[in-house]
Amino acid sequence: MLLFASYADALGASEIVLDVPEGTTVRDLVTAVRARAPHAALPPQPLVAVNQAYAGPDDVLTLGDEVALIPPVAGG
Amino acid sequence: MMRAAIVNRPLDATALLAEVASDAHGATTLFVGTVRNVNSGRAVSGIEYSAYDAMATVELQRILDETALRFTDVSVVVEHRVGTLALQEASVIIATAHAHRAPALDAQRYVIEELKKRVPVWKREHYTDGTREWVGAAS
Repeated sequence: MLLFASYADALGASEIVLDVPEGTTVRDLVTAVRARAPHAALPPQPLVAVNQAYAGPDDVLTLGDEVALIPPVAGG
Repeated sequence: MMRAAIVNRPLDATALLAEVASDAHGATTLFVGTVRNVNSGRAVSGIEYSAYDAMATVELQRILDETALRFTDVSVVVEHRVGTLALQEASVIIATAHAHRAPALDAQRYVIEELKKRVPVWKREHYTDGTREWVGAAS
């Protein structure tokens, strides 16, 4: 999973590897991230992108998906 | 002409204006977002921009696709810069052009507002007291 900006700082890495079972949803993945980094300051429902598009909490991940945790955006 | 890019070099407003230029256009707009010297009462010395480059490019392209549907025949070129920028340097430039002024102006507004909501770009402000902070971060 790709991490950026404040989340990369919070988790101390720009990429983490999580071992998750088949059928894992975006919501499950966020739970797994929290378990991995319990002290990282993440909002209740952080944005997640799957294959470079915003995903919903119920979206199911498939092998090979590019998954990223997206901090609040601040472009412009 | 519809083009979007994330770049790590200084932005060139004149070049973007030239890209949208056409004999068919009666109206051209240029939006330039620049680094400001103060934010939330704190003195800013510069801003470090970073992006999820691949997705940011795709998301900008999605915004341009929507813009083309909303404003038929509009031309738009948008570039967002990443890297460390000094005060007054341009972080984003949007050039739009159309036969008429209303679609040119409205398309520009649409692109910048959607960019700020959706495009995965982040900024860490550097303050004159030597500290730095991610803008909009939860912590």
